[in-house]
Amino acid sequence: MKQAEALKNYAATRKAIGYVERQKAKPKDYKRIGFKSGLEVHQQLKTKSKLFCRCPAGIYHSDDDFDAEVIRHMRPTLSELGEYDGTALMEFKTRKNITYRLNNRSACTYEVDDTPPFHIDPEALEIAIEISLLSKLNIVGEVHITRKQYLDGSIPTGFQRTAILGVEGEIQLKNKKVGLIQLSIEEDSCREISDIGHERIYKTDRLGMPLIETVTQPELETPDELAEAAEYIRFLNRSTDKVRTGMGAGREDVNVSCAGGSRVEIKGVAHNKWIPELSHNEAFRQWALLNIKRLIHDRGIQQNKWVMSHKEIDYSMPELLASPLREKLNRRMKVIAINLPKLKGILSHFMQPGHSFAHEISHRLKVIACIERPNMTHSESFNPLLSDEELGKISKWLGAKKDDAQIVLWGPAEDIPTALETVEERIRMAFEGVPEETRKSLPDGTTIFERVLPGSDRMYPDTDSAPIPLTVEFIDKLGKNLPPDIADRYAQMKAWGIPSDTWKYLLSKNMVPLIEKICEGHGYTHKFIGSFLGHTFKNIEGKRELHKNFFYEKTYELFRYIKEKKLEPGIAKYMMPVIYEFPDMQFSSVLTSIQFRQRSMTDIITPIKFLHEKYLENTPEVKPGDDINWLMGQVHHQAIGNVEMADLRQKIGTIIK
Amino acid sequence: MSDDIFQGYKGDALATLQKFSVRVWGLVEIHTTRGTFDGTVLPRSENDDDQHIVLKIQTGYNIGIDIVTIEKMVETGYQKANYKIPEKAFPYSDDKPNVKLFGTGGTIASRLDYRTGAVIPAFSPGELYGAVPELADICNIDTEKLFAVFSENMGPDQYMILAESIGKEIANGTDGIVIGHGTDTLHHTAAALSFMVQDSPIPIILVGSQRSSDRPSSDAALNLIHASYAAGHGDIAETLVCMFGPTSDEYGFLHRGTRVRKMHSSYRSTFRTIGDTPAATVTRQGIKMIKTEYNHRRKDKTVKIIPTFNEKVTMLYYYPHMKGDIVDALVDAGYKGIVIVGTGLGHVNRELYPALERARDKGVSVFMTLQTIWGYAHMFVYDTGRDMMALGVTPLGNMLPEVAWVKLGWALGQTEDPIKIKEIMLTPINDDITEREPYNGYLVYQGGVPEVENFVRKFRK
Repeated sequence: MKQAEALKNYAATRKAIGYVERQKAKPKDYKRIGFKSGLEVHQQLKTKSKLFCRCPAGIYHSDDDFDAEVIRHMRPTLSELGEYDGTALMEFKTRKNITYRLNNRSACTYEVDDTPPFHIDPEALEIAIEISLLSKLNIVGEVHITRKQYLDGSIPTGFQRTAILGVEGEIQLKNKKVGLIQLSIEEDSCREISDIGHERIYKTDRLGMPLIETVTQPELETPDELAEAAEYIRFLNRSTDKVRTGMGAGREDVNVSCAGGSRVEIKGVAHNKWIPELSHNEAFRQWALLNIKRLIHDRGIQQNKWVMSHKEIDYSMPELLASPLREKLNRRMKVIAINLPKLKGILSHFMQPGHSFAHEISHRLKVIACIERPNMTHSESFNPLLSDEELGKISKWLGAKKDDAQIVLWGPAEDIPTALETVEERIRMAFEGVPEETRKSLPDGTTIFERVLPGSDRMYPDTDSAPIPLTVEFIDKLGKNLPPDIADRYAQMKAWGIPSDTWKYLLSKNMVPLIEKICEGHGYTHKFIGSFLGHTFKNIEGKRELHKNFFYEKTYELFRYIKEKKLEPGIAKYMMPVIYEFPDMQFSSVLTSIQFRQRSMTDIITPIKFLHEKYLENTPEVKPGDDINWLMGQVHHQAIGNVEMADLRQKIGTIIK
Repeated sequence: MSDDIFQGYKGDALATLQKFSVRVWGLVEIHTTRGTFDGTVLPRSENDDDQHIVLKIQTGYNIGIDIVTIEKMVETGYQKANYKIPEKAFPYSDDKPNVKLFGTGGTIASRLDYRTGAVIPAFSPGELYGAVPELADICNIDTEKLFAVFSENMGPDQYMILAESIGKEIANGTDGIVIGHGTDTLHHTAAALSFMVQDSPIPIILVGSQRSSDRPSSDAALNLIHASYAAGHGDIAETLVCMFGPTSDEYGFLHRGTRVRKMHSSYRSTFRTIGDTPAATVTRQGIKMIKTEYNHRRKDKTVKIIPTFNEKVTMLYYYPHMKGDIVDALVDAGYKGIVIVGTGLGHVNRELYPALERARDKGVSVFMTLQTIWGYAHMFVYDTGRDMMALGVTPLGNMLPEVAWVKLGWALGQTEDPIKIKEIMLTPINDDITEREPYNGYLVYQGGVPEVENFVRKFRK
């Protein structure tokens, strides 16, 4: 297939499955493909210690800041019910050397699995139960620490210690209730430094920090609903004021499927705003895979009879050795040409914006066979590595027919058997439809293969820790001081008349309690304070550098000062930027710095008459209202903090009438 | 209903299950004051309380339900887990050495025991091959389960059975022996076999794991691979302990059975040779010798098996101001041998002297080893030492305390004559006492020092 032809096929298949861009998609588009999704929301808790050891939580290091390294390999083990987990077997196939970097300030021997777990951190357990109660979950009677296998090495033990705290809860979105399956408390994993070939490196600073995971039912039917649920859960978690914020403190796994598709999990989405695009593309990717299944079926290809063939290209066949391939051999790699009977048009089939089906294969080669990309080219490439003539020779040598497709892959000799298995396995999966897998999100809204989706077979009771009973009294005590529901908070803000464009910001920063405190303490209206925080303060926060001594509580003190000094509250807008940057400065000095002087209304309006006359003298053509605006501008600065602008305007109006 | 269908439940929890006719492995719906829970009832660990019922929920997690909150339970089905380690026929080949693996209860492959909540081992060659297929590249393995006990339950009876079993296998012509063993008393057994099995023509390798094999990052598989290699291909025909060198998955050490000690409660690299270097390192690629002098593998099938042990032997860990009544009590209880673990160069306080004198007069053999672990008992340096030797306390050089206890029991099993016992104890066997301590036999570096930190950072632990 020529390059142009491949691109044409990509566009044609994109159209054939009815792909629409996210911006243009309507609810009916999602209905058409049976969009279905759920969320797993991860949230770090604000505790002093890690979950199962007494290392401090929240201390992060740069990649090269470490004291020692430990190397481990992961091996699949049986689940409690005697099964091997699919992911586990895949990860074992990849044969990775996993190196952990340890820093003595953030990790101890527990992190590298050389010491058994200590008691669960009580602070973390309490926060997690509070959030479970807020999520209206049924709280368990006894917490059982369970091991959840992760053979990618992200946890040195090979499993994450995790425990269910509650099941079957719900959250109230704008137009529907969404069920929650469960909430668990768990230890956070390592941060990956690099993953090249068979070497993967992690750092252990984040490892073991307490985290909760809230899992929703797969009841979200559009990307927007999905984003709304993600926001809701984030706000709920933050409303306790006991969770961490900032980069990586909250992360989402998004489960998506389309009608006839499979559950695919997009892992570790760091920003909620990425969720709609990612889930949209994933649902359509599945829709496209179902189209491939149909095409294969229509061509009468039978899975049990379909066989792919391959041959190795080496120095003995110089006529096939195009220079890019010779270069691979020179780098001591093997080059393998594969013929895929009757699959012409499949490799260039649309998957996601910019991705064709061939990408699915290439990414699996990277992950499973550990061959870095680029690791293959093929007969339907958009950026062909080989010319039509060069490819033609190879396909002829393979004995290919004209409706076949070809892949040429390369890699270290020891990885070739796994690579061939991987190619064949992925193609056979296309006969079946959509493989269950976890995928990694990319900034452009597309995803790539990460690993096979693990099942419930990877759970195992933690024989190192005893069950923890949760008594009725303990739960009742924790239930006494819960913050209000997020749904109620929305209703409250609406009733107070706080502009709706500030709501998300106020909830995400958990500022509603602060609004209440300022209003109750100093007697300002909720609407004024809400707008001040949601508009003025947000604007300052977005533009200026945060000082380490600045806390939101400062705004409470500011309004107390304004009240005490009987200043006009509009001055807060001018004082705030200074306070934000210099939180240690006294309020009186802040006033000096913005050149404030106390003046009465009489003082301010004294020059108005004179100024008005001057204005009329110098202005040939006076339009109605121009004069008052000009006069306001002249005295505006003196008025700040002393009188309300509306009052001043009215006064001026009377004077110049 | 028999007890089995309520596996592990007792008291109130058992009564609750009975009241609602719900069995272990039953699929249930439990209505409680905290809401409804669905799942499979799991067995409960015997040592846990009788106030909760354990449930495996749909997502694979386990939770406990407080019986106080239960309003109603309905069994809707039944599904018993069928736990089996996948078995594959072990592929035997003529060109590979034959290795005999004796099981004592350590965890090479294991499964969960609901009764105790701990793990219990699985063992057949087929199961082993299913769990560690790499073994087939190294040797042919035949297995025999001698006991199924945890390490702490290993003792003299087991040492003697092991020694005799090893003797039989050597006579049968096996190329190497591997003994799977819990780690806590691995070095006691290693010492016992060093004395009971002498002049072996083949390697006898003891191996265990610090992380049970139900964990993905367990050291069990790699230790077994190393041990099988050392047993099948190694040239050191001695009793050796094969465990992780560093905590990383890199290489194993082969430690002499008489000089090895478990030095950390949980580290993978817990076993260390004391007062000397390990005999060798081992990877799946081969063995690298560190010691140059050792007993080489032989083609014959001769071996000396001396399976004796007198249990009237004890160890006394000295502390300041220890009173003589303890020694008296031991003597009165009929103990024939006492290994004192003394301070410094091998000292105890004067208050003990009369008791030691009484012990000597009653024919009890008393020996001195060291709390310092490293170094030699030097009882000529201070008066205290000379006084004690006059009281019949014999210093054992740099013999480790646990090794001395084992050796004394073994010696007392052969004779009760204090003079002969002293002779046996002081005649070195397989380096239980060495003539010299090399400079690199004591390397306990301390963190925080720049050169040590550099070393640690550069070479993985």
